[in-house]
Amino acid sequence: MTEQSSRQKVFLSGNEAVARGAYEAGVAVGTAYPGTPSSEISPALAMYPGVNVEWSVNEKVALEVACGACFCGARTLVAMKHVGVNVASDPLLTLSLIGVRGGLVLISADDPGMHSSQNEQDNRIYARFAKIPMLEPSDSQESKDFTKLAFTLSEQFDTPVMVRMTTRVCHAKTIVEIEEPEKIEREYSFEKDTQKFVMIPAYARKRHVIVEARLKKLENFSEDTTLNRIEQGADNSLGIICSGIVYQYVKEMFPSASVLKLGFSYPLCKNKIRSFCQSHKEVYVIEELEPLLYNDIKAMGLNVKGKTDKLVTGELTPNRVREIITGESSDIVPSAPGRPPVMCAGCIHRGAFVTLKKLKMIVTGDIGCYTLGTLPPLSALDTCVCMGASIGAMLGMTKVLSKEQRNKVVAVIGDSTFFHSGITGLIDVVYNKGAGTVMILDNRTTAMTGQQDHPGTGMTIMSEPTESILPEKIAEAVGVKMIKVIDPYDIPAIEDALRESMNTDEVSLIVLRRVCVLKDKTVKRLVAQVEPSLCVQCKQCLTIGCPAISSDMPPKIDMHLCNGCGLCVHVCKVGAITCKER
Amino acid sequence: MQREINKTTNILFAGIGGQGIILASEITCDVLFESGYDVKKSEVHGMSQRGGSVNSDIRFGAKVYSPLIPDGQTDILVAFHPTELERNRPFLKSGGKIISITHDDADAVSNPKVSNIFLMGKLSCHIPVRRENWENVIKNKVPKAYVEQNLAAFAAGISQEQKINNK
Repeated sequence: MTEQSSRQKVFLSGNEAVARGAYEAGVAVGTAYPGTPSSEISPALAMYPGVNVEWSVNEKVALEVACGACFCGARTLVAMKHVGVNVASDPLLTLSLIGVRGGLVLISADDPGMHSSQNEQDNRIYARFAKIPMLEPSDSQESKDFTKLAFTLSEQFDTPVMVRMTTRVCHAKTIVEIEEPEKIEREYSFEKDTQKFVMIPAYARKRHVIVEARLKKLENFSEDTTLNRIEQGADNSLGIICSGIVYQYVKEMFPSASVLKLGFSYPLCKNKIRSFCQSHKEVYVIEELEPLLYNDIKAMGLNVKGKTDKLVTGELTPNRVREIITGESSDIVPSAPGRPPVMCAGCIHRGAFVTLKKLKMIVTGDIGCYTLGTLPPLSALDTCVCMGASIGAMLGMTKVLSKEQRNKVVAVIGDSTFFHSGITGLIDVVYNKGAGTVMILDNRTTAMTGQQDHPGTGMTIMSEPTESILPEKIAEAVGVKMIKVIDPYDIPAIEDALRESMNTDEVSLIVLRRVCVLKDKTVKRLVAQVEPSLCVQCKQCLTIGCPAISSDMPPKIDMHLCNGCGLCVHVCKVGAITCKER
Repeated sequence: MQREINKTTNILFAGIGGQGIILASEITCDVLFESGYDVKKSEVHGMSQRGGSVNSDIRFGAKVYSPLIPDGQTDILVAFHPTELERNRPFLKSGGKIISITHDDADAVSNPKVSNIFLMGKLSCHIPVRRENWENVIKNKVPKAYVEQNLAAFAAGISQEQKINNK
């Protein structure tokens, strides 16, 4: 993307368009923790001049940093995936009371259908919970325009504003007409106002009254704004109320229906909704996930139709929108299941999982590439809840399991996830005299979401060198005594370390450190080869789930895929596989 | 293929992570965008480098709404992998076109690393856009050192497709 003259058209993803909108609004600070489908927003924002962008250590910190900048009058963008808002919800619900100085816009990137998430929670609920306005773009043009407008609304109504994206808006590319950035001439300063910025009960009670009054003003805005618009259809027989990406599916499948498009979806424009319902013979509310609009409109005493319970799960599609209205079930099923994603050939995590499986450990897992180790043939993870949960779950298990089982519990967590929310769990383990082993799979990057930097990589998103923080130093500081740092390609060393930690009653830490094979492409790698005359076709090499090894007998290794990690050499009992220079 | 004015054309790219599908779909969309069409494309990121199934929906015309192709409305299925071709065949409209690497192409695709661009050459024969528009976008999108190699693969794709269509 290059600098454009005014009113130029470009082809952008929803995420790139959000960054553009923030830039055009004169945003000064951008904070985020990467998470699909939000991850591309901050890298795009960091490309624009004059914006201070950071990868925060987690979403709570991202929002807190944004609070500080906004309190000094700076326009601030905070971006995260839907489950990230859970982490940031503590500051969010009180920031609603405080309001803003500079505009603060929170992007929530939801993932209906769980393309790359552990749940499909509907974050429209957060706008209602926090009593803040919500905007829902339906394409990249609106992603840019709504983000830009959200800064104005934030300052006008003294409230954080939430822009809800979904995977199909974040990752769709559509044409956007861009504009020159606004010239924001502001001296950033902090003007003390304890009754606004210090939420002790006495002040918070007063702010809550202000928030209720703010909601009323926002309801009036919702009635007046063209973001909530009626597109009159061919006649008044069919009306459809919708927001976000669903609008595009509705226009695709029912081009002659009337549509009430809710771009500003909370608080509701009740009068507009009422008159739309009264002027149409049949009105449908079509929304992804929870029936929030449907329930709200029903509660207004209006006769509308919604979707069946079946469609509360998963994302909508053009065909499912048609199904809601015509009852015609028309999903086409692919003729075979899709290929699941797998851990890469040479992935540094594979050897650890092969070893954990061999030793029959109980493995509490976490969120990252290593979650891919759950599926056969590795079948190595036994739990996965949320970011950082591996360590807490390990402690809980060790509290109740027998001594024999207790020492078999291992928490597996990535480096970025450890910084995000593993550290507090580790402190809890040490403080509460827990047992078990914490294994940090340190590939020196946030791999799953696309190789973003984090506090361990020594680099910021602005490409500035910085401190590289080592997990083992943190563990040492909080009182972990048994610490080992091992090359994850050294399988015997991993096994020895695990056996040693199984024989102790206190918590131990194993760091498996090597740069992710996708990140480090400069390394000259070996290549593994099968000697067919030595192969006894025991299929042991197939148990490691490496995509470079074919299931033909004797197996063949794809030299283009192989990264020469040597794990297949290690598991082959007859020495039929060797690693050679390329 | 007959194309009505104002009608949206739907192209489905299907393959597996690591085959250059995203780059190919970026190139196709840039070509269509620069040729004046309304264009939308949709795909899911996050797992694309991990060998899983990867689809990219591309839609173009005078005005496009949904970024997702309605089921069964695919005009052209570009298959980067034989198993993904079979898997996605049900999404093809009756009479829709399949673009893939067939037996006849074996000699023409000398380098598997540019087979995505070879497929773009074949695809370009079914899209009303001038050849030089494709070539300009390819020059801009691929690393300098590989421009010649990619343009050769693109040309090979075109001549293979023309050969098949003339049979």
